[in-house]
Amino acid sequence: MIVATIHIDNKPYEVQEGDNLLSACLSLGFDIPYFCWHPALHSVGSCRLCAVKNFRNEEDTRGHIVMSCMTAVCDGMRISVKDPEVLEFRASVIEWLMLHHPHDCPVCDEGGECHLQDMTVMTGHNYRRTRMRKRTFRNQELGPFIYHEMNRCIQCYRCVRFYRKYAGGRDLDVSGIHNHLYYGRFEDGTLESEFSGNLVEICPTGVFTDKTLRKHFTRKWDLQTAPSVCVHCGAGCNTIPGERYGKLRRILNRYNHEVNGYFLCDRGRFGYEFVNSDRRIRRAHLRPGTSDRSAELEPSSKEAVVASLEGILANGKRPIGIGSPRASLEANFALRSLVGPDRFYTGMPESESALVSLVLETLTCGPAVSVSLREVELCDAVLVLGEDVPNTSPRLALSLRQSVRRRSLKIADKHCIPLWNDRAVRKVSQEAKSPLFLATVAATRLDDISAATFNGTPDEIARLGYAVAHELDPAAPPVEGSTSEEHVLAACIAGALKAAERPLVVSGTGCGSEAVIIAAAQVAAALHRVGKTAGLSLCVPECNTLGVGLIGGGHLEAAFKEVTSGAADTVVILENDLFRRADAKLVAEFFKAATHVIAIDHLFNQTASHADLLLPAATFAEADGTFINAEGRAQRSYRVFPATDEIRESWRWLYELMQAAGKTDLPLWTTPDDVCRSIAESIDALKPLGQVAPPADFRVAGLKIPRQPHRYSGRTAMTAQVSVHEPAPARDADSALAFSMEGFHGHPPNALLDRYWAPGWNSVQALNKFQSEVGGPLRGGDPGIRVLEPAPDREATYPESVPEAFSPRAGERLIVPLYHVFGSEELSAVSPGIAERSPGPYLGLSPDDAESIGVDEGRNVRLTVADVVLVLPVRLIPSLPQGVTGLSVGLGDLPYVQVPAWGVVTRAKAGD
Amino acid sequence: MERPLTRNFRPDGPFDVKEYEKAGGYEALRKVLTGMSPKQVCDEVRASNLRGRGGAGFPTGAKWAFMPPANGEDRPRYLIVDADEMEPGTFKDRLLMEGDPHQLIEGIVIGGFAVQADVAYIFLRWEYKLAEKRLRKAIAEAYDSHYLGRNILGTDFNLELYLHVSAGRYICGEGSALVNSMEGKRAIPVARPPQQTESGLWGRPTLMNNVETMCNVPHIVKNGAAWFQGLSVCEDGGTKIYGVSGKVKRPGAWELPMGTPLREILEQHAGGMRDGVKFRGVLPGGASTEFFGEEHLDVSMCFDSLAQVGSRLGTGSLIVLDDRTCPVGMLHNLETFFARESCGWCTPCREGLPWIANILKDIEEGRGQPGDLEILEAHTRMLWIGRTYCALAPGAMEPLKSALRYFRDDFERHIRDKRCPWR
Repeated sequence: MIVATIHIDNKPYEVQEGDNLLSACLSLGFDIPYFCWHPALHSVGSCRLCAVKNFRNEEDTRGHIVMSCMTAVCDGMRISVKDPEVLEFRASVIEWLMLHHPHDCPVCDEGGECHLQDMTVMTGHNYRRTRMRKRTFRNQELGPFIYHEMNRCIQCYRCVRFYRKYAGGRDLDVSGIHNHLYYGRFEDGTLESEFSGNLVEICPTGVFTDKTLRKHFTRKWDLQTAPSVCVHCGAGCNTIPGERYGKLRRILNRYNHEVNGYFLCDRGRFGYEFVNSDRRIRRAHLRPGTSDRSAELEPSSKEAVVASLEGILANGKRPIGIGSPRASLEANFALRSLVGPDRFYTGMPESESALVSLVLETLTCGPAVSVSLREVELCDAVLVLGEDVPNTSPRLALSLRQSVRRRSLKIADKHCIPLWNDRAVRKVSQEAKSPLFLATVAATRLDDISAATFNGTPDEIARLGYAVAHELDPAAPPVEGSTSEEHVLAACIAGALKAAERPLVVSGTGCGSEAVIIAAAQVAAALHRVGKTAGLSLCVPECNTLGVGLIGGGHLEAAFKEVTSGAADTVVILENDLFRRADAKLVAEFFKAATHVIAIDHLFNQTASHADLLLPAATFAEADGTFINAEGRAQRSYRVFPATDEIRESWRWLYELMQAAGKTDLPLWTTPDDVCRSIAESIDALKPLGQVAPPADFRVAGLKIPRQPHRYSGRTAMTAQVSVHEPAPARDADSALAFSMEGFHGHPPNALLDRYWAPGWNSVQALNKFQSEVGGPLRGGDPGIRVLEPAPDREATYPESVPEAFSPRAGERLIVPLYHVFGSEELSAVSPGIAERSPGPYLGLSPDDAESIGVDEGRNVRLTVADVVLVLPVRLIPSLPQGVTGLSVGLGDLPYVQVPAWGVVTRAKAGD
Repeated sequence: MERPLTRNFRPDGPFDVKEYEKAGGYEALRKVLTGMSPKQVCDEVRASNLRGRGGAGFPTGAKWAFMPPANGEDRPRYLIVDADEMEPGTFKDRLLMEGDPHQLIEGIVIGGFAVQADVAYIFLRWEYKLAEKRLRKAIAEAYDSHYLGRNILGTDFNLELYLHVSAGRYICGEGSALVNSMEGKRAIPVARPPQQTESGLWGRPTLMNNVETMCNVPHIVKNGAAWFQGLSVCEDGGTKIYGVSGKVKRPGAWELPMGTPLREILEQHAGGMRDGVKFRGVLPGGASTEFFGEEHLDVSMCFDSLAQVGSRLGTGSLIVLDDRTCPVGMLHNLETFFARESCGWCTPCREGLPWIANILKDIEEGRGQPGDLEILEAHTRMLWIGRTYCALAPGAMEPLKSALRYFRDDFERHIRDKRCPWR
């Protein structure tokens, strides 16, 4: 960094030479109003609000107005941010924008957190001088997530720049000209992009608002919020959920420079409504009579359930515990403590367990280092092996979209175009892309930016990876019998990775193949051998897959065996619907064999309906918890509101069960910190867990951090229909956060940062005030700590064998999993909006295969895998290789089928 | 007096390629391709002091020199001729394209050679149907006669020429907006840098010139820079097509020496004002220039002398305002045009111009209110260079700013009497 000294209103400041003047001024703490500029989208100079005055030198008293967003900082620069002419011009800009703005703030969802409101107040414009009629538009129906109100638009172009240029969407654009610009779709219809929810935060006013919030609307200042972590995939994006009256109302992005930055995917933003679902288990349930489970589960009292548990746990055979990759470390560890490490099972099927162990081994053995989402954006050549990233880890896909821009930025740099000058960068670079290679079973939504794609079976994908490794380093085993096309592709990929400054390999558990993950590790290792520091990003399916993997335990089939063999008769199932992870017949046999089934979960699901005892578990919104994301970053999520009814944190239930079971040497657990301490003591890899977040007794100047903003209204009247006496606020002994509007309202440690607000900045843009520099890390460092680091200087080793080439089997097809961002994840799929976007279960066939079977799109076919028979409609997927059939995973009530596997597909018979 | 640009004009249609050749056409091209280097052509144009006829008056030779040196691999390079003539009151390019299309084509090929372009485009205004028809015919003839295409005149110089008919937007007069529209994007300007010559059409080096500019090139090459200099009566070289519209006796366009005094154009060539109407003012260079009053009539119509008196030569197309026409109505008409043609990119232009047009409409129709003129005046400051993204809005402010000065009484009378005195 070259330091430049600039004078702002005659005071010297040190900034970075060549930096964007607006960004530099905001980082210095100056309030310069802006609209079209965004730290992630950079400068285009359209709104003209960020005017400042530039003076040629000390003698120049007149100066001239420049747009700070379009001006580079240079040493010796003299500017004024409060020159009267500047202030007059900025007020004019607001006046122009207000010519047509409807001034409907009282009924606008954005009101109170509106950047336009803030900027209007900041510039001081307040009197309407025009007599013009306001222009009006017809609004569009944009689907379940986004509400459209075009009349409010101030034409800053941010929405289309984000949607199209940043997120790669195609169905939102600006049309029209002069003062009749329309931002919308070509026609009414659901926004296609899985990042559409970010429009809510990108739009500086209320054109695009959260439709799910609208259904149970609450002003920003009335929301109780807490720092949280998304539970709907393995990326671990940071979120700010908001609650009022015991209902979760919405999710906003929580900035973490290393992880999600400014953006979330729609599954993460709109999947929250399962928390409010009618299917929530709110009370403890007991099944009367224990022998044949013929009786229905009945709501019971917590005391009665615990009392009956006492008998079961103390007198029966020792119980086993089945944990869950979607439950927190605390919950899983508590279960492990209840049943003992050797009787704890991770809750993942054998196949998945093996994949997760492999991922953990790869990330801890090195030599490649797992990279954060931010680092992904810096990688200038990427190979994706096997993972359908937009569906399994959407936020990573958004980062990959940014990574291909490295080439553009390099070209712009060569032309001396500052990288923040967005349109100039795009012009000189012509959006040239760094290489992204996609080897997946079928086409993905990243194909449009890829340099080359390869669709094949998991083994073929693995073979391609091995071939690339061999091209990079001849010491890696060669791949025999590959076609010349495959050879050329492998050489091309190897060449691009080798030529890159920061190559990246992306893979994961998605295609269910160990060979693919090994191949990805091989490519990274080979790059290491030829002197390249390769990044590795391995996707895992759930929010705590790696966490439960690190705790360790047997797989699901082993748990089943333990019970069916009679070695155990009691099972405690933690936040896990076994029917989603194992063959229904096996699960049913298992339940039949188990004398006592105790389930702890959020929602009534198939597993819950088989339980003899059911305990209501708090969701992420009602429980503190620590999760480890795919990067290997441990992050603490805090409860947003106190659980109601009998709902409690899973670890608290389990702690109670430990007491009920009369366990001796019981650790003293009163807060999640205590549980984390026990975890750190007993699991090596999780030693640093205590540093993830400030302890429960953390205070700033003796004060807790309030979850409610200082403008929280109606507190004294919220429960007046029950009693006119204001109840005492719920106490939170578990963390430094309080269920209160009283406490420290400044900038707390970032792990506890639960909203963005600064004087004059009521919108999400107040975030600027919490960053060390605008768009950079949070002041004081980003929350979360990495727990997985490879051993230093590990030499790459290569396995001996390479998977065989794919040979189709007569009469059988290889069934591979296909994922959907909306629908494949269990909890989010319960949310109505996500459910609306989710397709029904289907079987994907290539058109040729469909023709050979004699079926068309939409016609039913019969799939037989092992002894499971399914009847599913056909969806034609042209990119699927011949002989390979895709099974939609996790959708609707589709039973679990372990894939990849060989199966038979035939036309459905009458009556199917 | 020599009139190189219009000497081939015939009332019954333009010369075809044979007639053009007979009149000495394509001789300059032959001279260039058989005996000159690209640099020599550029030097000749630079020495002629030809300045861009699109309105800005940038020295053409200097612009050509901005093109990065051509090396064999760094291709393609583009030449775009801006024929999207939409400045109100301006029709000189239409005359040139309709009157002598081969002259333009010859200029394009010479210019293309000078900057080593591979592909040239004529970006034609949508409404210019006759010009389109004649250009299409001429381009086909030029291809047949090996003046275009591969191995032009048997040399190893290649140039493809395409006629691109615009969708019709004034903003395409801004080069970067024109390029965007050719690339299939919204016609919105892009701030420089990068310059078009560095990164223009599809990111490639691109030279962009006006029709009239390119039409001058063959004559410069054929007769030499000194001859071209001699055509004018001022520093800038050559002739200029001046046009006059408004209530003059003979509205029209004439090719005259660059620097011809304004009074001579108005009184000798346009025949003075019609009987019974009096001169009140003139926009000297198209709609986006400042009004001139009586006191400026002796100014020489060239880039520098108009700049000295605070206006611009622009396209050299004069719009005359007389005493029987309402200046508020004229301004309303102009500003409505500019408001309609704003691309919508930056706030001041997008929102300010319609507000101005709306106020002018109110004033014209007798609904003006005290304070309206202050709002208009504030806009002439607020929509100024540096505050808007491109030059469209400042251009729109030039006639308004000067009208508020010259015709202040008329504006005030409208507001005071609540009606237009001319109606």
